[in-house]
Amino acid sequence: MSGTSILPRLPLGDAVESAIDWVTTTFRWLFLALRDAAAFAYDALDAVLGGPPAWAVALALAAVALLVRGWRLAVGSLVGFAVVIAVDQWDNAMDSLALVLLASVVALALAVPLGIWAARSDRVSAVLRPVLDLMQTMPAFVYLIPMVFIFRVGIVPGIVATVIFAMVPGVRFTELGIRQVDKEVVEAGHAFGSTEGRILRQIQLPLALPTIMAGVNQVIMLALSMVVIAGLVGAGGLGGDVVNALTRVDVSLGVEAGLSVVILAMFLDRVTSALAARAPVSRALATASA
Amino acid sequence: MTALRAEGVYKIFGRRPGEALRRLRDGATRDEVRPWGTAAVIDATFEVASGETFVVMGLSGSGKSTLIRMLNGLWRPTEGRILLGDDDLARVDAKRLRELRRRRVSMVFQHFALLPHRTVLENAAYPLEIQGVDVAERRRRAGEALELVGLSGWGDVVPAQLSGGMRQRVGLARALAADTDVLLMDEAFSALDPLIRREMQDQLLDLQQQLGKTIVFITHDLNEAMYLGDRIAVMRDGRIVQVGTGEQVLSEPADEYVAQFVADVDRSRVLTAGSVMRPPAVTVQVTAGPRQVLRTLREQQLPAAYVVDRRRVLQGVVRDADVVTALRSGAAALTDALERDVTSVTPTTPLADVFAPAAESALPVPVVDDERRLVGVIPRVTLLEAMTPADIVPADDLPRTPPEGSPLPGAVTTEPEVVA
Repeated sequence: MSGTSILPRLPLGDAVESAIDWVTTTFRWLFLALRDAAAFAYDALDAVLGGPPAWAVALALAAVALLVRGWRLAVGSLVGFAVVIAVDQWDNAMDSLALVLLASVVALALAVPLGIWAARSDRVSAVLRPVLDLMQTMPAFVYLIPMVFIFRVGIVPGIVATVIFAMVPGVRFTELGIRQVDKEVVEAGHAFGSTEGRILRQIQLPLALPTIMAGVNQVIMLALSMVVIAGLVGAGGLGGDVVNALTRVDVSLGVEAGLSVVILAMFLDRVTSALAARAPVSRALATASA
Repeated sequence: MTALRAEGVYKIFGRRPGEALRRLRDGATRDEVRPWGTAAVIDATFEVASGETFVVMGLSGSGKSTLIRMLNGLWRPTEGRILLGDDDLARVDAKRLRELRRRRVSMVFQHFALLPHRTVLENAAYPLEIQGVDVAERRRRAGEALELVGLSGWGDVVPAQLSGGMRQRVGLARALAADTDVLLMDEAFSALDPLIRREMQDQLLDLQQQLGKTIVFITHDLNEAMYLGDRIAVMRDGRIVQVGTGEQVLSEPADEYVAQFVADVDRSRVLTAGSVMRPPAVTVQVTAGPRQVLRTLREQQLPAAYVVDRRRVLQGVVRDADVVTALRSGAAALTDALERDVTSVTPTTPLADVFAPAAESALPVPVVDDERRLVGVIPRVTLLEAMTPADIVPADDLPRTPPEGSPLPGAVTTEPEVVA
C-alpha cells in the first residue's frame, strides 16, 4: 500500500471506459453504418478470394507474382500455396488475406494523406508524433476491447483494430519520404513557376515513392500480424485457428495455421517489395548502374 | 537598360527579424544582432543591366545564395525592393510570382536539380510543361535547347546515366528552354571537376555571345568570377563590399578583405596589357639622324629604342650596335639600322599572352592601339610585378612581429626555430 498513500488512485481507466460508453451510445448510428460497410466490403472481397476453387485463386496469385517480380517468385508462391491447401488451411488463409487487404487499403487511404500533411507542416508533424507512438506501442489486445464494445464480436472489430495498428508506418514513411526529397529539386519546381499541387504530384510524390512503398510493405506486414490477434475477437481466418490451437493446446493445428500465416506473409512481402523496385525513380537509377 | 534592380534589400531569418533590422540600420554588426535573427543579406543595392553577366562572389555564409534566391522570389526580402522590370518581387502576389518565374527568370542549380525519373528531353521540357506549351512544341523547343548545349542525341536517357558535366548541361538546357531573359546561376559549375568546369565556362561565354541573356552568376571562385563576369559584386558577411569590373576589384580593392581575397587570383587572365603598361622611357623619331639617336641611347644608358613616326605609329626598333655599324658605313638616315619586325600587343591583350613576346626580346613589350600607334610599353619587371598582389610583401621582408593594426590579419608570426 506504499504507493497509494502518497498519490490518490487516478481513475484513468474508468474515465476512458465511460468516455467510450458515451461515444458508443451517442454515435451508435455511425458505428452501425461503418460496421455494415466494412462487413459488406469484407464479404465481397472474401467471395472473390474464397469463392472460386483453390487452385484457380492460387494460380491467379502466382500470376501476380510473375508479373511484378518473375518466375522464381511465382513458382515459390505456388509451392507455398500448395502446402497451405494440403494442410487444409486454404479457406482460412483466404479469409485472412481478405481481411489484410481490406484493412491495408483503408489504412493507406488514411495514412498517405496524413503523411503528406505532416511533411508539409512541422506543427502537424509535432502533434501527430506522440499520437502515432501511442498507436504503435499500445499493446494490440487493448485496441480490441473497445472495438468489441463498439462493433460487437466478429470481423469488423478486427478490421478496425488492424487499420489503427497498421497505419502508423504508412504515415511515418510517407512523411519521411517527402521530407527526404532533394530540396533543390523542389526549389527547381518553384523556380520554374510550378504550383504547390503540381510540385507534390510531379516531384515530391514520385521521388518519395520508393520510401512510401517501403511503408506500404510495413503496413501490410503489420496488418497480417494483427489479423492473427484479431482471431481472439472472432475475426476467424488463420487467427481463429491459432487461437483455437492455443486454447486446446493443440500443437499440430497450431503449427499448420502458423505455417500458413508465414507463407502468406512471405508472399505479401515479396510482392510489395517488388512493387517498390518498380517505382519510376528506382528504375531510372537502376538503368544507370546497369 | 536595367533588367534587375535591388534597393536596400535585407533578409533576416529568425524569431524577431524586425528588431534585428532596426539594430542593423543603427549600425549594429551581423554578430551583434544574432540573438534576434540571422542576417543573411544586409542592405544590398545593385543594378544588373540587360545583357550583362553579373557575378556575385563570396565565401560560404556570405549570403550570396540567399541573395540569388530573392531574385526569383524563392525567399521574400525582409525589407527593400527587388525590381524585375516593373514588378517588385518583395510584394507581388503568389500568382503573379509564378507568372514571372515562368516568363521572366529561370535558374540553374548547383547540384543540377533534375528530375531523376524523367528523361533528359522531358527534363529540358519541364519549364515549357509548366508554361502550358503543347507536347509537340515543347519537345521541339527542348530539343533545340539540348542542341545549344551540345547534347543532341541524348534526349532519351535518364540523368543518372550522364556525367556531372553533362547533367549540368541538361540543367542549363532546361533554363534556356524556358526562354526567359534573366538567367540565375547558383554555383552552377562548383560541383564539377576543374577541367569540365573550364569547358562549361567557355560554353557559357559562347552561349552568352549568341543569346545575350541577363545572367546573375553566383560563385565562391574568384577566377571563375573574373573569367565570366562583366561586373563582380563581392559579398562578405551579408554585405556587398564592392561592385566593379574584374580589373577594378583586382587593382583597386575596396578594403583589406577584398585585397586578401584577390591575392590568389590568376591575375594573368584578368589584368590586361593596358592596365599595367608604362609610358615608354625613350622613343626616337624615324626622321632623326644616327648620331642623335646614339647620343640619346648613351645618355639614357639604353641598348635600344622604339622608333615612331610623327603620328606615333610604331615603325620598328633600333639597337645601339646597328646604329654604330650604320654610322661607320656612312649612312645618314636611321632607316638602315631600323629593325621593322617587332612583336607588339594591344591594350586589351590579357597579361597571360604578353609573356611569350616578353620572353622573346630583352626590350619592353610595345603596346599599340588599333592604328599601330605606340601607347605604352611593358618592361619585364612590370609584368612580373603585376603578377604579385600589391600588398603581399615578400616573405623576407615580413617583420617577425606584425606592428599594431597590421594590414594582414591572417599573417602568422613564426618564432625563430631553435637549432639543436
